[in-house]
Amino acid sequence: MENHFYSLHDFLLYTKGAAYYLMGAMVLGILGFWLYLTGRDEEKDI
Amino acid sequence: MSTDNPAVKKTWLTPYNMVVGLIILIGAVITALRFTKGLGAVTNLSDNNPWGMWIAFDLLCGVALAAGGYTTSTAVYVFGLKRYHSAVRPAILTAFLGYSLVGFALLYDVGRPWRLPYPFFVQSGTTSVLFEVGLCVMLYLNVLFVEWTPAALEWLGFSKIRNLVVKLVLPLTIFGVILSTMHQSSLGALYLITPSKLHPLWYSGYLPVFFFVSSIAAGLSMVIFEGTLSHHYLHDKMDETYLREHDGVTLGFGKGAALVLAGYFLIKVVGITIDNNWHYLFTGYGAWFLVELLGFVALPCFLFAMGVREKNLKLIRGAAVLTVLGIVLNRFNVTLVAFNWQLPAAERYFPSWMEIAISLYIVTLGLTIFTFISKKMPIFSEHPKFKEHESAEFKEHKLKHHPQTFGH
Repeated sequence: MENHFYSLHDFLLYTKGAAYYLMGAMVLGILGFWLYLTGRDEEKDI
Repeated sequence: MSTDNPAVKKTWLTPYNMVVGLIILIGAVITALRFTKGLGAVTNLSDNNPWGMWIAFDLLCGVALAAGGYTTSTAVYVFGLKRYHSAVRPAILTAFLGYSLVGFALLYDVGRPWRLPYPFFVQSGTTSVLFEVGLCVMLYLNVLFVEWTPAALEWLGFSKIRNLVVKLVLPLTIFGVILSTMHQSSLGALYLITPSKLHPLWYSGYLPVFFFVSSIAAGLSMVIFEGTLSHHYLHDKMDETYLREHDGVTLGFGKGAALVLAGYFLIKVVGITIDNNWHYLFTGYGAWFLVELLGFVALPCFLFAMGVREKNLKLIRGAAVLTVLGIVLNRFNVTLVAFNWQLPAAERYFPSWMEIAISLYIVTLGLTIFTFISKKMPIFSEHPKFKEHESAEFKEHKLKHHPQTFGH
């Protein structure tokens, strides 16, 4: 039977990969939140 | 009104004054005990827990909740959001008193308080994070003092010095925001040395970022919270400008707080992800962490956003209270609840009643001084002598940047 062990590199690869996916979702999330927050703002005179 | 009726005598023996008097009396007795019998006589501090309630509440919460000073002055003087100008003086006063009381509380907590200036003048430990915190807090306290003096100088009638100090406002604001960024984050950085003592859900390499970002939310919420209280109790001291701008300040700061809290929530989730701490969420500490994150970060964030959308000021004020409580909870969790979490219960720290009483005493002192200054000095109003001067400045600014409002 093959023995598996996880190195620090494996750990970082896994967690950083997850964080990158999360950050992609966060960009979309914060955009949606911004639209919700400012959805009823009055138009400003320019 | 009772004060208008000569038949009704004004008495000092109101329930509020009696409670304040009692707290100050108890505080004075414990103060005498602390400085004659030492820390051991009044606290439950030990070698395992040398930092207790006075660091958690008086220092960490005090500094975070005094962040309204730099957030408001930066918004107004650096970002040019002049419509929030009337909120600057109350925010600066709150911050100045907050930082003064942090220094005052340190006199109780430090074993040999007369050596507090040592790090600056005798033994500068320039490689220590604590040195950086101490230096920044000391410098920022001086900045806040100078920023607060125009109100005192107007009250005393020293126009020349007042006009000189007013010219320093912009450089002081910039210096203040640099110092605040440094020490608000460094307070979190102090705990980077404790990965084996602090529970993994609260420990993170991003602790300085968490502390700094949460301090902005705390500052914005404190301005709303303090404005609400002042509106209720010091309404007669407010001038037309303050009252006119008050709702706008609540809405604008509510929107800012919603955004900052959303960012804070997301970076907290990144913190869990990057350390792969998800499995801890299914433990008792995990449940408590979720109470903090969902109940005191995500919920107020959503309430702020809803309040801003609906123009519901009550909702925004409620969210501000929840945020302030959440910041207090977070600082308590980092310094006390999740700290030394692996020690058996018997060796864990819980503050003595006298430590709690001293914290209450310090908050009461702050409230009393704030009320006194607000009643005497032009904090919620512009001094009539200087009103025209500021209006002219403001008009000039508006004419330059928003000519359409003047019909040009």
